[in-house]
Amino acid sequence: MNQSQPRLQVRDLHTRLLQASGALPLVRGVSFDLYDGQTLALVGESGSGKSLTALTLMRLLARNARWQCTGQALLRDEAGQTHDLLSISSQDMRQLRGNRVAMIFQEPMTCLNPVLPVGEQIAESVRLHRGLDRRAARAQALRALEQVEIPAASQRLDEYPHQLSGGMRQRVMIAMAMVCEPQVLIADEPTTALDVTIQAQILQLMSRLQQQTGMSMLFITHNLGVVAHHAERVAVMYAGQVVEQAGVAELFAQPAHPYTQGLLACLPGRARQLAKQTGRAVPLQDISGQAPAMHALGPGCSFAPRCRASLPVCTAESPPWRAEGSHRRLCHLGEQP
Amino acid sequence: MSRMSWGTLGRTLLGRLGGMLAVLSLVSVLVFLLTRLAAGDPMAMLLGDQASLQDIAQARQRYGLDEPLWTQFLLWLGQVLQGNLGQSIFLQMPVSQVLLERAEPTAWLAIFSVGLAMLIGVPCGIVSAVWRGRWIDQCVSTLAMLGASMPSFWMGLLAIQLLAVGAGWFPVSGYGDPGADWLTRIHHLMLPALVLGTLNSALIIRFTRASMLDILSEDYIRTARSKGLPEVIVVFKHALRNALVPILTVLGLTLALMIGGAVVTETVFNLPGLGNLVVRAVLRRDYPVIQGALLVIAAVYVIINFAIDVLYVWVDPRVRHG
Amino acid sequence: MADWAGALRTLAARRVVLLALVVLAVMLLLTALGQWVFAHDPMAMKVSQRLRAPSWSHWSGTDELGRDITSRIFYGARYSLGIGAATALLAVVFGTLLGLLAGFFRRLDAVLMRLVDAMMAFPDILLGIALVSILGASPVNVVLALTIVYTPRVARVVRASTLVIRELPYVEAARAVGVSTPRLLAVHILPNLMSPILVQLSFIFAYALLAEAGLSFLGVGVGAEIPTWGTMVAASAQYADRAVWTLFFPGMAIVLTALSLQVLGDGVRDLLDPRLKGAT
Repeated sequence: MNQSQPRLQVRDLHTRLLQASGALPLVRGVSFDLYDGQTLALVGESGSGKSLTALTLMRLLARNARWQCTGQALLRDEAGQTHDLLSISSQDMRQLRGNRVAMIFQEPMTCLNPVLPVGEQIAESVRLHRGLDRRAARAQALRALEQVEIPAASQRLDEYPHQLSGGMRQRVMIAMAMVCEPQVLIADEPTTALDVTIQAQILQLMSRLQQQTGMSMLFITHNLGVVAHHAERVAVMYAGQVVEQAGVAELFAQPAHPYTQGLLACLPGRARQLAKQTGRAVPLQDISGQAPAMHALGPGCSFAPRCRASLPVCTAESPPWRAEGSHRRLCHLGEQP
Repeated sequence: MSRMSWGTLGRTLLGRLGGMLAVLSLVSVLVFLLTRLAAGDPMAMLLGDQASLQDIAQARQRYGLDEPLWTQFLLWLGQVLQGNLGQSIFLQMPVSQVLLERAEPTAWLAIFSVGLAMLIGVPCGIVSAVWRGRWIDQCVSTLAMLGASMPSFWMGLLAIQLLAVGAGWFPVSGYGDPGADWLTRIHHLMLPALVLGTLNSALIIRFTRASMLDILSEDYIRTARSKGLPEVIVVFKHALRNALVPILTVLGLTLALMIGGAVVTETVFNLPGLGNLVVRAVLRRDYPVIQGALLVIAAVYVIINFAIDVLYVWVDPRVRHG
Repeated sequence: MADWAGALRTLAARRVVLLALVVLAVMLLLTALGQWVFAHDPMAMKVSQRLRAPSWSHWSGTDELGRDITSRIFYGARYSLGIGAATALLAVVFGTLLGLLAGFFRRLDAVLMRLVDAMMAFPDILLGIALVSILGASPVNVVLALTIVYTPRVARVVRASTLVIRELPYVEAARAVGVSTPRLLAVHILPNLMSPILVQLSFIFAYALLAEAGLSFLGVGVGAEIPTWGTMVAASAQYADRAVWTLFFPGMAIVLTALSLQVLGDGVRDLLDPRLKGAT
């Protein structure tokens, strides 16, 4: 594990949606570190705030709403200088976006401009950040397409997104994000919208690229299976907070937070394993209840209403951080139940 | 541009052409029926009212005018396609000649008005969308609504009072003397084009604003911003290119409004154009002229819309590939 | 959908829309109660008082026959508004029928839409002129003519919405359960068309108002004896240089009403559309 300084340090990130009825907190005090060559998986169900966390870091929150973001996101560049992504000017942020920090999104079809050729969408990034002329940029775009293993790359340069399959479009997105060799790549559920067979290919591609370039990755997903094979560290999010953070192996072997335990117990694979071990049929587990409405959160732990082991203190006070080495969780419960 | 698949492109265009021809046929049927309802025999109209009852009886036999309606229609259509639109009752000239003479002022008026409307409309729509909700958006949107609520003849009359009679910047009416040079002609067209153009920019502003707003909230705009592109490039290169299709659509609609608006405006400003001609013809019951003008105006509109359809193919790559 | 009070409240929450509603309400009120509100008889001609500028006794001045313009405006409103409303209602009814059928039955669609395209190839005013010249000049004929002019436009909008609604999951579900087609159309699809229909009602009212004014101005509308706003403007054209108020005020009546109707239409659209999108 890389013990050097983190590439990106996110501290106490808060994102609130400003509505007529007040500020709605959607990301509540998220902190994590990203290291070179490593992937941190951000896991959680829909509505847990993981995509918003990414968008806040990139400062790409929806423009038809008003937001309040606090906290720090310290990016260390090659010269060793730190930039706080949340407080630098828009102009400085634009210089970093697509250049030092890049993002790929979930739906490759709607995320690519339908009226511009694919090659142009890649090349304009290079022209902007590297100052190359059209021909050099086009060559670079070609190289980027080859790097993401798109067949017949030179032909594809002039094609339009609707002429490509879902898998190829996602490769284009990756090429677009990586063409300027960013230090940090944020991937927001990049494989969710793809066929299962393609998913594996894309994930392998991303791992390979990471190894080649040494970039750090924030991988957002709700799929624990993906996490197991492609991340080094995991942060589990619930109701806008990180509730557990650990190395992958540790998390899967000894989940400490009741929510994580519930998530893992839900995996059909687990039920099968247990059944094999005990020789008895094991029913599929679920976590009863629903994710809380963000405007109706109480003072205590947000998971308490659904937690099997909740104590009275859990609904009264917000839980503290408990850490065992690099494994930490947000919970009142003293020992692992 | 990428290499186009000529097969699918050709098929798409052929399809559009077929559609256009279908509509044109229906248009001719409608005009035929309308004229019949108004004045009886369209074919008799082509023969002209100088024809005596005997001539008409003979023609009846020769052209089979006692044949079923659809035969009459086909015969009439045949004549029309050969360029015979009949003789004007009042002007004692072939209708086709009258139409050709009157076409010029209307054509120029339409071109200037549409040009002005687009010149005002598209930028205002973009500005309105980019600065949505702010003061400038509210201003522009209100003005656009106002423009769409003003009768063009009312604004025309007021404009004449203010700018022509009052300030004297423009001639009060007319198209200039016969044989006047093109500069005078343009001077005469300026005020009507101004009135028509500003009023019709309202629809373009609303359309452009709505499309831009839709597009600016699309995912690929977020992707463009995620690459660090300056907002100017995001709006003009990424967003506007996608808005071209709706803008072309509204161009087609504006043209229709323009032709309709021309009818009234030409009357107010006393321009010797097609619109004015139709109104006078209706008041005087000059049916051959009414028939011919309706046919030509509708046909022109359909053909222009077909041309816009073809432009879609060029502008939107998704259409190109079927 | 049944929450009319709530809908009205949300609609009126936006100041502009509220203003539009107020303007229209006042217009309707003054039109209905005109004879008791205004001091002058709209038909009374006093040649000695002709072409007087606006004053305390004649708020909008007098016209070329000495008639008080203000009371004439609200008297003529009956015709202008009546024609506009009747046209809007009829065009919406027929247009909805056409659009619903075209949107739902694919085979009818091609034919009906070509017909609609052909009818829309004629600019409104032109078609209106042609139809009125056939039917003759009278308020009823103008309503008829303008209904024919605007029905295709409504049909187009309704068809587009029908196409979308037809694909919604619950429509498919209703079909799968075996709901008969007429019932499907009436109970499942039509209620969801209410949003575009109401919007169109407002806009067509405004367009019809402007079109009638145009037709009357050209002399091919209701006939010069009937005092619509259009005929009033037409009559005033020759006096524009010395008595601009004869032109200004009737025109303003048209502008204010058309504007309010369009603002209202926009307001209704904003109110109901997000709900439609929410359905998908």
